Amino acid sequence: MSAPPSILEIKDLKVQKGGILVLEIPDLAIAQGEIISLIGPNGAGKTTFLQALACLIKLSKGEIYFKGGKISANHSALEYRRRLAMVFQDPLLFDTTVFENVASGLKIRGIPKKETKGIVRENLDRFGIAHLLHRSARKISGGEAQRVALARAFATQPEILLLDEPFASLDPPTREALLEDLESVLRPTKTTALLATHDRMEALRLSDRIGVMNKGRILQVGPPGEVMNQPLNEFVASFVGIETILTGQASKKERGSFLVSIMGREIEAVGEVEPGETVVLCIRPENVTLSPFFSQGATSARNVFAGRITKIIPMGLFYKVQLNCGFPLVAFVTGHSLENLALQEGQEVVASFKATSIHVVRKRQVSS
Amino acid sequence: MDLIFDGIKKAFWLLLTFDPEVLSITLLSLRVSGTATLISLIIGISAGAALALSEFPGKKFLVSLINTGMGLPPVVVGLFVTIFLWRSGPLGFLGILYTPAAMILAQAVIATPIVMGITLAAIQALPKNLRLQILALGATRFQMVWILVKEAKLPLLAGVMAGFGGVISEVGASIMVGGNIKGYSRVLTTATVMETSRGNFDVAIALGIILLLMAYFINLILTQIQQRERPR
Repeated sequence: MSAPPSILEIKDLKVQKGGILVLEIPDLAIAQGEIISLIGPNGAGKTTFLQALACLIKLSKGEIYFKGGKISANHSALEYRRRLAMVFQDPLLFDTTVFENVASGLKIRGIPKKETKGIVRENLDRFGIAHLLHRSARKISGGEAQRVALARAFATQPEILLLDEPFASLDPPTREALLEDLESVLRPTKTTALLATHDRMEALRLSDRIGVMNKGRILQVGPPGEVMNQPLNEFVASFVGIETILTGQASKKERGSFLVSIMGREIEAVGEVEPGETVVLCIRPENVTLSPFFSQGATSARNVFAGRITKIIPMGLFYKVQLNCGFPLVAFVTGHSLENLALQEGQEVVASFKATSIHVVRKRQVSS
Repeated sequence: MDLIFDGIKKAFWLLLTFDPEVLSITLLSLRVSGTATLISLIIGISAGAALALSEFPGKKFLVSLINTGMGLPPVVVGLFVTIFLWRSGPLGFLGILYTPAAMILAQAVIATPIVMGITLAAIQALPKNLRLQILALGATRFQMVWILVKEAKLPLLAGVMAGFGGVISEVGASIMVGGNIKGYSRVLTTATVMETSRGNFDVAIALGIILLLMAYFINLILTQIQQRERPR
């Protein structure tokens, strides 16, 4: 398997603000068409990183290579900036019509008005806001405004899209709808994207890779499952949560539930999915029950697996028990249960969890 | 009371018959203050925007100076412009003292800090990230500044009003550097001062009404533009 060509390469990037080092990225390569989410607490450097990538702030040190060519501060920076787009948390629309807003990037590039009309319409359609064409950008709702901001970004056909918490100030249904629209535009256009967010679900759903940031550094970057299940350190673990996250393909749909095969095991989950669709199962550790042996009919849980305890970690009021059931699984047990069940590392136990307790994240269609 | 009533009657007579002297004074006022405002807009908006977008040590001090300049006393400006334009002064070679050109210069000096201060405030009041958003849309630095100024157009209109209002009603500097020469450098304010001192209240009232009407109509037009595009 040869790695796809990098569209962006960052080497030894450092940004200082007021004499304090706020960003330090020794090395990162981003593949063409890849979607990377950056998660981390406020002040982790996500915004600084995106702004540095967009050449909007001065780098104290380091280089950015776009398709192998080094971006230098003067002439090539403008050329480079014109091949990317950035969407901020606030829509930052101009005080004019929606049309003029979406056309603004094209106007800046000196594209004749005749050509912009079609491009603007196409991008308004993409985000379902064609009806707003002649409205004032000041008189539309927050969700609509963020759609306009996205349409404005896509109108310039960017090769790289930088999204700085674009949905953070929206209500959950609006955010959900926008996320869906964004996904449906990003994939077919094969746009490389970096998304800063503090919403893990958002990151899981969109990304090929997730980068966890703290204090100006990327602590870990990798496929969602890897980052979520194999956190490199305590910070990443605490930030991504300690949920079990499994990816598999849905099969055999029956009465609102379906089976997902994960490393040869079948897990039953509940939800509306299509057979063959790739889904991500998120199992919260507190929903996993451990017992010493298979009990007959005593449990309503449909998912019962034998597994071996790989590690027991004290977590204050409870213990975190890592299991290998053919797939990795994490359970929380109280100190009381730990004693009652006399759990030890290496011991065989039976883990069960309800199909309804699994959070199902639908990934994009496999085909297309 | 007769004094006022007769004055107003005579004033309307002068206005309705388009008295040639009143007319020429009015036109000169418009020309001088209009030109001075235009100059102050060009300098004030570009310098104000540049200042708003740059960071350097001593910026706060400079801003405080400009804010003080917004209330520059016209007589002080008149004094210094006179000294500069005096035959032996640094700009004496221009030979423009006691001409409309000198009045334009003095009024531009008065209006520029007003426009600059309002531009500075208007640009700084825009969202912090708007500048970055415009650059991210592929703008050059010049395009970025131009778009920011357009975004701040409503408060900038207030700057135009304040600048023009300040100079059209100003008398101290105009009389000092213009000399109130009949048919040459006499404007509405300087003429009003002179006619009042002579006891020609009718003419003075007529000139005062014109001044008020002019201020009113110009502000009306600007207010119309401002209210039409008012956000939300």
